[in-house]
Amino acid sequence: MLNTLTIHEVLERLNRGECRSEDVVNSVLDAIRRTDGRVHGYLTLNEADALEQARAADRARGQGAKGRLLGVPIAVKDVLNVKGQPCTCGSKILKGYISPYDATAIARLRAEGAIFVGRTNMDEFAMGSTTENSAYGVTRNPWDLAYVPGGSSGGSAAVVAANECVAALGSDTGGSVRQPASFCGCVGLKPTYGRISRYGLTAYASSLDQIGPMTKDVRDAALLLEIMAGVDEADSTSLPQAVPDYQAALTKDLKGVTVGLPKEYFVGGLDTEVERCVQEAIEVCRKLGAKIVEVSLPHTRVAVDTYYIIAPAEASANLSRFDGVRYGYRAQGAVDPLDLYKKTRAEGFGPEVKRRIILGTYVLSSGYYDAFYLRAQKVRTLIRRDFEAAFAQCSVILSPVAPTPAYQIGEKSSDPLQMYLGDIFTVPVNLAGICGLSVPCGLACGRLPVGLHVMGPALGEETILRTGYAFEQATEWRSQRSKMAVENAG
Amino acid sequence: MTEDKTQSAKKMDVRYVANLARLNLTDGEVVEFQSQLDHIVEHFNQLRSLNVDGVEPMAHATPIQNVFREDVVRPGLDRDVILNNAPEQSSGLVMVPTIVE
Amino acid sequence: MTTYRVTIGLEVHVQLKTKSKMFCSCSTDFGASPNTHVCPVCMGYPGSLPVMNREAIRWTVISGLMLGCDINPYSKFDRKNYFYPDMPKNYQITQCDKPLCLGGGVDIEVAGQAMRIGITRIHQEEDVAKNMHYATWSGIDYNRAGVPLMEIVSEPDMESADEAIAYLQTLRQILLYAEVSDCNMEEGNMRCDVNVSIRPEGQTAFGIKVEIKNMNSFKGIYNALNYEIERQQEAVRAGEKIIQETRRWDVDKGQTFSMRTKEDAHDYRYFPEPDLMPVALPASLVAEWAATLPLLPAQRREKFVSEFGLPEYDAQVLAADKAVGDYFETAARVSRNPKAVSNWVMTDVLRTLTEKAIPIAAFKIAPAALAELVDLTDSKVINSNTARDVFAIMLAEGGRAKEIVTARGLAQVSDAGAIEAIVAQTIAENPKSVEDFRNGKAAAMKFLVGQVMKLSKGKANPQMAGTLLEKKLSN
Repeated sequence: MLNTLTIHEVLERLNRGECRSEDVVNSVLDAIRRTDGRVHGYLTLNEADALEQARAADRARGQGAKGRLLGVPIAVKDVLNVKGQPCTCGSKILKGYISPYDATAIARLRAEGAIFVGRTNMDEFAMGSTTENSAYGVTRNPWDLAYVPGGSSGGSAAVVAANECVAALGSDTGGSVRQPASFCGCVGLKPTYGRISRYGLTAYASSLDQIGPMTKDVRDAALLLEIMAGVDEADSTSLPQAVPDYQAALTKDLKGVTVGLPKEYFVGGLDTEVERCVQEAIEVCRKLGAKIVEVSLPHTRVAVDTYYIIAPAEASANLSRFDGVRYGYRAQGAVDPLDLYKKTRAEGFGPEVKRRIILGTYVLSSGYYDAFYLRAQKVRTLIRRDFEAAFAQCSVILSPVAPTPAYQIGEKSSDPLQMYLGDIFTVPVNLAGICGLSVPCGLACGRLPVGLHVMGPALGEETILRTGYAFEQATEWRSQRSKMAVENAG
Repeated sequence: MTEDKTQSAKKMDVRYVANLARLNLTDGEVVEFQSQLDHIVEHFNQLRSLNVDGVEPMAHATPIQNVFREDVVRPGLDRDVILNNAPEQSSGLVMVPTIVE
Repeated sequence: MTTYRVTIGLEVHVQLKTKSKMFCSCSTDFGASPNTHVCPVCMGYPGSLPVMNREAIRWTVISGLMLGCDINPYSKFDRKNYFYPDMPKNYQITQCDKPLCLGGGVDIEVAGQAMRIGITRIHQEEDVAKNMHYATWSGIDYNRAGVPLMEIVSEPDMESADEAIAYLQTLRQILLYAEVSDCNMEEGNMRCDVNVSIRPEGQTAFGIKVEIKNMNSFKGIYNALNYEIERQQEAVRAGEKIIQETRRWDVDKGQTFSMRTKEDAHDYRYFPEPDLMPVALPASLVAEWAATLPLLPAQRREKFVSEFGLPEYDAQVLAADKAVGDYFETAARVSRNPKAVSNWVMTDVLRTLTEKAIPIAAFKIAPAALAELVDLTDSKVINSNTARDVFAIMLAEGGRAKEIVTARGLAQVSDAGAIEAIVAQTIAENPKSVEDFRNGKAAAMKFLVGQVMKLSKGKANPQMAGTLLEKKLSN
């Protein structure tokens, strides 16, 4: 049952000598064998390597080595480069590619002794909200295998929720950490843009992407953030501000915290069960001492449009490098480079990626740039200003993470626009470059998790983690287990 | 960049745009994407209702400027590493079908 | 017959001489074995990110300052999207609407006519990889991918191939003065795209322009321009329309050829590079860099004339190459006779460099040593023949002129008593010549002076020898 523990629980036991890292890794591997055939959260496992590293960590601990994650297994979304491992990004086009380097976030975790046990499934190039867009099969929600785990970091959310790992990493461009965390009932943090280096994170939309921890509780998210955050000379967009002690910010009350509720968020279209869970959560916060005020984010209604212009535009350029020349998949029988590109990309990309590449190419093309891309960039400024004005009145903003709980596999895949509109609560955070957290806050109809979205201003991680922590400690939601987690409880 | 084609043109020329992006599409894909993308682009028209006069475009989510590295040489990757990743390689080069210049 | 006016504009790509690439730490060394200066960034690997090389930015700004450009207070990078096998990311990081430098110009002189060629802008970008072609495959070497380039775009101010070449030569000289690039065309670190159009005399609107890409020698540019001007005129006279296209110069055939036009029009879809933050150089920093600028070649010529009293011609020769100018200036500053230094540099020094095919940096005689030699001659410690010998010794063995002269006893004899003795001996040993001289044969005196020099082993002061001989023989 070591696999069911959080990082800080595992570390306590390791430090007290109650278990060995090898036991933890074996426990995780057992759980994977037991349920991952059904969940399909992992794409690749590094069993032998992970066990070898675990034994090395045990020896090191015996010799007095420290390391804030010494011997702790972490699952990694298949979008991050880990030296010597594949990194498919859920795409056929990266088949065969082996990373020659560690992402900065990975290097920082590695330096603290983390063990990278396996790679998790995702929507191809992080484009999607269900993990149905993977070239390597769908991942299923551990609460109900007929349901999607959310996306694009659905694999990471699912393996955390199924207790097939201790913690995981995801990436969030428009909600890809927070929404699957909400769907699977785990904690997901999207840090402020630039807080964690993007070096080594395969780019979807460079001005929006952030790596984020996906964990079983808020304390673990704070710990992983603390290790990964901080300026990196390999990423020009990383923030130079010093990294605070996030765990020290965690308190059990919310005295002095002002919670803003955006009036535009609690209108039609919200699932009644989601609304009920979030309203109950707001009440909990009030009881914990928070002051509740109404705020306004007037440009919310255009956020999805803005996002689906800017993100595909950047993606259209970011994904140009996948051309069959230097790495990954190459189509056979091409007569010249042009033919090679067109065939390789036609065969290597799935439909959602093609759709977004075409959309992004279109909004940048001659004659459309001003009307779409440039205008979207201006609206992005307006969205950022909305948040600046709101955060002048409150310290955090609460909302649902997604308008609905998880839905059935195949239910929404035929209508991309409807799928995109489900990102309404998460994309504004990426557009504004601020931070957001998803914390479990209930079960819709008693069976599917619902996440509470805690948004904070730029570099407001301490406050959102504190809010999430106080809420989590005051409620029982984090002890609710998915069906797969129950099987893996040992 | 200043010319605006969106007033006159109704539908996206999916094949033309896919060609710019170096993507072969099947006839089926063209039909499917055409209706989906038209639908999405139509939704973008919401943005037109906003007055953005005088608003600065936001290209970055952070206000940082002047991020430089010093002009120092550091070792890169071993050639074998990059050649092993390449689908075709020979004599130290990454190979592609003949480029006609 | 209608006459046509030619309009030429040039886009010059110059490789900056940084040690590392524009956006990563790989070496820029030329001639390494293929794919040995590569990393995830310049290979366009997933997840890699660019970071600007400070030195490249500084050198582009310095070039701008040397060319009289305004330095943009806010500059940024953009992605230029197009697919080509030499482009690792299939977009190039370049600058679209906010380049580092704006405006400026280069003063040239063609056939005695002074004119100024305007510069539109200078922007910073990254170079592409190198393709090598085989029968059925092409191979790619990524060593050059990501090497920093600046692109200097001229105004369409040139009207002949001569003007274009004068512009390029002057530009190159200025950039060499700025020491931002080796400007070595053979190694490809200075390349040029040429735009040329013609229009009937009297028409104000420019004609349709044709671009000739990737020219890498002055001769090629000159010939290609003249060919293209001729071709366009013939075409128009024959009633054909010039089409906007890119053409390629075939050196062997001496002709330009239309490059296969791709089925799609160019649509580069520029947009701001999200991975790089804007460059907003504080005015104080730009001023600090401006304070380090060397003189322009033209300013230096003026300085040589005014400060050292050199003739215009000398100034031109000495200032042509910055290092030669530096050499001269260092020597002239410590010498009493700058004109004599100039003579030495323009003749013996430059000849030696040519013979040995070495740059002046590798020249063995230090500027101070040359100045010393000049001053020894000037103060008549040695005569000019001895000076040449000392020069040869310094070139072969090094050492200072004074030491060599002392150690080898080469100082000329200016002691009247000593020379008088030799003169007496000469008169005694050459009665025939003495008589010839007395009979009015002036040439005999030359012979007698030669004899004095010979007896003195070259050390006698020749003027004194002549004066003393004349004095003795006129008695």
